Amino acid sequence: MTKRSWLTTSPTAAVLLPILGLIGAIALWWLATIVFSIESYLLPTPGDVVRTLADQPAYLLRETGISFLETIEGFLLAIVIGVPIALLIVRSVILERLVYPLLLMVNAIPKIAVAPLLVVWMGFGQWPKVVMVLLMCFFPIVISTAQGMKSTPAELVELLRSLNASRTQEFFKLRLRYAMPQIFTGLKVAISLAVIGSVIAEFVGATQGLGYVIQQSGASADTALAFAAITLLSIMSIILFYGLVLLEHLFLPWAQETR
Amino acid sequence: MIRLDGVGQVFDGREGRVTALEEIDLHVRPNEFVTLIGRSGCGKSTLLRLIAGLLPPTSGTVTVAGDRVTGPRRDVSFMFQRPALLPWRSVLSNVMLPIEIDSGGTEQRQSRSRAAYRDRAHDLLDLVGLKGFERRLPHELSGGMQQRVSLCRSLIRDPQVMLMDEPFSALDALTRTELSEELQRIKMELATTIVFVTHSIEEAVVLADRVVVLTPRPGRLREIVDIDIPRPRSLGQNAHLTEVAQISGLLHGLLAEKSAADIRPVDEVRP
Ligand SMILES: Nc1ncnc2c1ncn2[C@@H]1O[C@H](COP(=O)(O)OP(=O)(O)O)[C@@H](O)[C@H]1O
Ligand SMILES: [Mg+2]
Repeated sequence: MTKRSWLTTSPTAAVLLPILGLIGAIALWWLATIVFSIESYLLPTPGDVVRTLADQPAYLLRETGISFLETIEGFLLAIVIGVPIALLIVRSVILERLVYPLLLMVNAIPKIAVAPLLVVWMGFGQWPKVVMVLLMCFFPIVISTAQGMKSTPAELVELLRSLNASRTQEFFKLRLRYAMPQIFTGLKVAISLAVIGSVIAEFVGATQGLGYVIQQSGASADTALAFAAITLLSIMSIILFYGLVLLEHLFLPWAQETR
Repeated sequence: MIRLDGVGQVFDGREGRVTALEEIDLHVRPNEFVTLIGRSGCGKSTLLRLIAGLLPPTSGTVTVAGDRVTGPRRDVSFMFQRPALLPWRSVLSNVMLPIEIDSGGTEQRQSRSRAAYRDRAHDLLDLVGLKGFERRLPHELSGGMQQRVSLCRSLIRDPQVMLMDEPFSALDALTRTELSEELQRIKMELATTIVFVTHSIEEAVVLADRVVVLTPRPGRLREIVDIDIPRPRSLGQNAHLTEVAQISGLLHGLLAEKSAADIRPVDEVRP
């Protein structure tokens, strides 16, 4: 009884349990490679992966940096373009009817199918990657922002009206602020998709980045290198996600309690 | 202070036209406390929104302090059934919201400096017993405390007229009694005209100088009842319980008139 409640309630346990889970999974993986004596070009041991990471840290770090930059640039671009579009959609029913089906169609395209086209249009530089990331994150950002903007309670709108607030004040002091938690929900979905977008883009017509590393290691059957790159990608994705969670806690402390 | 002449309001709803209010003539005197009762849906909120300038009347005219109402006025405050606090703002900054909206770039238009209003906000919060809660967020407060913050917000601009739409009806009985006492106390200190909507007959009697009774669908003036019971009055302990009960009984009869009329003939048949 007491033991169980400690495991579910203690903050220490809340940190320890996921770590324990991770260690357990790695141990199982290691055990599997030994017990079934799997060739290392099929499945490297965790030791092989760590050795690869330790052997060429500068190289891997540089490739990670490149993927990271593409991800962030595309993500920010998606915010800069997506949020205003969402605001316009909320503002005008005509625009919503005009643009919304289009957005749905664009979202329905499997993004990987567009990757070669982006290379044709934009060459081998970082632009096709940034645009791919943009395509991946754009939709969740637009949808969550639009929904957030529509969720303002009628009584708060009436309050601002009764105070003779201007439209601009109503927008900045109420609607946008009220939408922030929902916008953040969209951003958290988008950031994971952003990482996927950068990898997809680097599979096609790239000469650098973690996606390129994975593709190259596949060609040379260097499975340990592929695993190392995948590990770095996961770490990057998790850091980005929790970065957003941290921002949310800092800037929207009211949101966890109110909704 | 407030004058309604032949005011009517018709809504074009989805199920045809709804006449919410018809032929309302009402004069609220300066510094008067008027309560408005009527069955739900009889147009009480609509009447307040017309006075607040949130809705233009379909017929008739509304004037406040001698001016025809064409939109929300700075000296008229509106308080809702729910606290309507902005969840990301502290208690103090919620109270300051109206001042912030006024300043919107043209700081000079205000009658006092921002600092003076800030002091005023502190005083108001003190007055309703919220000293020490200035930095809290709304979700950290109880419903009664939130409604007190909302009351302070509606007082910060020193309104000439306060419009209150069932402001205490979402609260428990005890908090409700406390708040109605606080409101009377504040009313005695400040010279404001108050129009207060409620569906509680007792609350209407305890608070009002005059009670306005509306008929249901369409809302018309049924009766205006003067309340001469000396103040302060209370819903809880009350030296004037019998008077309150008497007038409440009368008002109850007015509100329930239709059913009473149906019953009367049966009673009269009996010898
Ligand atoms: N914006 C509106 N559009 C259509 N009908 C409305 C609107 N506001 C109120 N009504 C109708 O007017 C009548 C009076 O409403 P309201 O003033 O809210 O009543 P009360 O506050 O007395 O309960 C109701 O029948 C309601 O359905
Ligand atoms: Mg109402």
